Amino acid sequence: MKELAEQALDVATGLGASYCDVRIIDSEAQFIETKNLRVSAVNFGSSLGAGIRVLYNGGWGFASTQDLTRQGIEQAVKRAVAVAKASSLVMEKQIVLAPEPVHVDSWSSPCKQDPFTISLEQKLAVLLDAAKIITAVKGVTLATGSMAFIKDKKFFASTEGSRIEQNFIRSSCGVVANATDDHDRQRRSYPSSFGGQWELAGWEMVGKWDLPGHAQQTAEEAVALLTAPVCPQGTKDLILGSSQLALQIHESTGHPTELDRALGQEINYAGASFLTPDKLGKLKYGSPMVNLVADATTKGSLGSFGYDDEGVQAQCVDLVKDGIFTGYLSSRDTAELIGLKRSGGCMRSESWNRTPIIRMTTISLLPGDSGELDNIISDTKDGIYMETNKSWSIDQLRYNFQFSTEIGWEIKDGKRGRMFKNPSYGGITPEFWNSCDAIAGESEFITWGVPNCGKGQPSQTMWTGHGAAPARFRNVKVGIATKV
Amino acid sequence: MLTEQQLKTLIDTALDHARGKTDGTEVHVFSSDYATSRFANNSMTQNQAPMHTSVSVRVLVDGKQARLTTDKLDPDNIRNVVDKAIVVAKLLEKDPKLLPVLSPSGLPPIKPVDRYDEKTGKLSPEDRAKAVTSIISVGKPKTLKAAGTYSSGVHLQAMGNSAGLYRYHQETGAGCSLTMCASDSTGWAKQEQPHVTALHQVDMAQSAASKAVGSANPQEIDPGHYTVILEPSAVLDMLGMLWHDFTGTSYTDKLSCFLDKLNTKVFGENITIHDDVYHPLQAGAPFDGEGVPRKKVTLVEKGVVKNLVHGRRSAKEFGVEPTGHGLMEPTSQGEYPVNIVVEGGDTSLEEMIRTTDRGILLTRVWYVREVDPTTKIVTGMTRDGTFLVENGQVKHGVKNLRFNESIIEMLNRVIALGPSVRIAGEESFPAVVPPMKVAYFNFESTTKF
Repeated sequence: MKELAEQALDVATGLGASYCDVRIIDSEAQFIETKNLRVSAVNFGSSLGAGIRVLYNGGWGFASTQDLTRQGIEQAVKRAVAVAKASSLVMEKQIVLAPEPVHVDSWSSPCKQDPFTISLEQKLAVLLDAAKIITAVKGVTLATGSMAFIKDKKFFASTEGSRIEQNFIRSSCGVVANATDDHDRQRRSYPSSFGGQWELAGWEMVGKWDLPGHAQQTAEEAVALLTAPVCPQGTKDLILGSSQLALQIHESTGHPTELDRALGQEINYAGASFLTPDKLGKLKYGSPMVNLVADATTKGSLGSFGYDDEGVQAQCVDLVKDGIFTGYLSSRDTAELIGLKRSGGCMRSESWNRTPIIRMTTISLLPGDSGELDNIISDTKDGIYMETNKSWSIDQLRYNFQFSTEIGWEIKDGKRGRMFKNPSYGGITPEFWNSCDAIAGESEFITWGVPNCGKGQPSQTMWTGHGAAPARFRNVKVGIATKV
Repeated sequence: MLTEQQLKTLIDTALDHARGKTDGTEVHVFSSDYATSRFANNSMTQNQAPMHTSVSVRVLVDGKQARLTTDKLDPDNIRNVVDKAIVVAKLLEKDPKLLPVLSPSGLPPIKPVDRYDEKTGKLSPEDRAKAVTSIISVGKPKTLKAAGTYSSGVHLQAMGNSAGLYRYHQETGAGCSLTMCASDSTGWAKQEQPHVTALHQVDMAQSAASKAVGSANPQEIDPGHYTVILEPSAVLDMLGMLWHDFTGTSYTDKLSCFLDKLNTKVFGENITIHDDVYHPLQAGAPFDGEGVPRKKVTLVEKGVVKNLVHGRRSAKEFGVEPTGHGLMEPTSQGEYPVNIVVEGGDTSLEEMIRTTDRGILLTRVWYVREVDPTTKIVTGMTRDGTFLVENGQVKHGVKNLRFNESIIEMLNRVIALGPSVRIAGEESFPAVVPPMKVAYFNFESTTKF
């Protein structure tokens, strides 16, 4: 395979490309789903191919092939160059890449137990054990479970001399309890919603999250929600659990700090950003205790790696420091456009047959000094605690957001009280983050995997990670997701 | 790009190898050569021409099934995939509701659809670059910056099974999505067509440019209830949140919002919705994931929920014939209506505006998400051309608004429908839908632009 990559670089150079990089990716995947006490889907897959990106006369071109022969590679390179030539006809300014050192290296994600060595029976036993517990709870109408395991071997080579091998293993597990009666439908998910928890880890993560051990509570809460009062409308102090805060970070910090958005390059689909370059280093994005980083080196996070898909080494970039907007998620070509010395290393593609684009890495809110969640609750007079995302929506500049969660609890005089169903809240991004006045400490910090981030045209799905400990936000509009 | 014969050879390789080893085998091959030229700030930002072919094998063994998919196309690997699928299937518990692979005997013939255009399939990178240049040229004199995509290519799919069923579908596609950007306003348009001759990117650019210029200096208005005029893209991306509720499996799983509402009037009298792959403005293959011919299904007739769509498994559960909407087994979702046609009316968009005392005209909606599955309340934002209408005229652009609206209630407050057109959005697949005028639409808040 490495010889084919070298051939691709030689052919591209021979055809006049000023730059070329090649990614050859060999993937294997297992997707398992259960519905009540039966296996509803077992889908396994494998994929192997090469993606070739070239610069010709200042324009980008990309082509891919699964024909990994000398002839197949040559044809793909020719196609990429032809596409780049066409691009060069429609350029106001030529693409220039910010410098990056040459890397010759190999990297592997942490994995204690390769999930591909675990039998299917063992995997199903975990899901079906949890399903038995969930379906035994009176009032549950549907129990679903899922696991996924994905292995990627990736080789990157560029005309600048980088040669990088990377090995990734990603694992996920989760269960959902649904309860439907004549008037309502509620659900609870564990460990998180929309596919459970995802990590850059092996089979050990399935044991860590212990689905059967949490199945009873998950099911009981789903049923209890049917008769719980609806989240009240008004302005309250809001405490967010860490998985909901992870999605808040994703939508209101991760996306607006993508430099391609800030430069208008994504405006037709994903949108632009209110965090334009003139605000860099100036805008008071959050309260002084808000520190947000893009850390692609976070161990075990779904958004982490050794090198991005244009060969830039993983880094930790300050996005918001002491409340001030200080950094972007960037690529080599966008970094150059705003005068950064180096790309932040955020270019990734969902597979070998898509061109890399700027994606979130591991975007995290650093822990605060408020200790445990209980400390924040005991310090709150009139508020709501919300947990586990149910729906999310935000405008294309990332100001106005609205989230719903699966469950909430009333906080009165420092104590957790009644359960609420259909909790929701909304606001304007900088106002919201400036209202943050308590962040729990390291002991409550969890790095959540968000595997379904959509961006790009054609749309690509990407692995991202978000670390957060529960945090409190003052005077937030709650109970807004209703029709009045 | 592979030929049909090459696709068939891949299928036969798998079926031949599986013969005698399984109780049934089904093979799908998908092949695409679809390129996308992407631009922003009047320049090409990405330009990609990926090609991909995959083979997906489902085996049935002792009342169990498993699927393996690969894009490693050499015959040895495909035979290896068959063997692995058999090993995986044998590890599972029996599925008492598993059906044998579909037999071709007794099936109605597939009605042919013409969705392949040689010219569309052969568009070159230079052709796409010229189309992009023509879009940029519309905005430049108005100092607008253009962003978007222009794409074209070919999709092929074939399937065969051990019962002798064989299906093949070829389709071309051309798409254009564009945004014209002024300093504080934008305008948008999008189309996806099987034939490039139906794609008029310059007209789209002019429409988007007009919206960008017309919505400049947007004014903030109070949220609340307004009469809204939704252009077809806005209608599509709202109603797209409803399609899943029309599946038999979502009904069985008690996830559909239509539980106990079949043959009940749920929407207004003026709402009729079909799923119809044969509609002249539709696209896609006329068979489903198991090879069942797609039928035209009336989902809603004059406001009454009439039918659900069914794959074979769901149809058996309901004691009805499958409608040809099954997804590839094994699947937790079951089936999906993918060829939606919402019947329109005869009120033009201009007439809707002319008869509105005070209301809001929406070009498109964005980030629409369900917040209540039973009442189908969804939230989302307006985007790329939101206008105040007063005294029968478009007055000026307004800052974008967030809505929280029940789709079920909204479809009881439709006061005018325009002619249905083929339209594309971002939250749902393209469909044939009309513009709508809706009373008492609920906006919850505004944003900063």
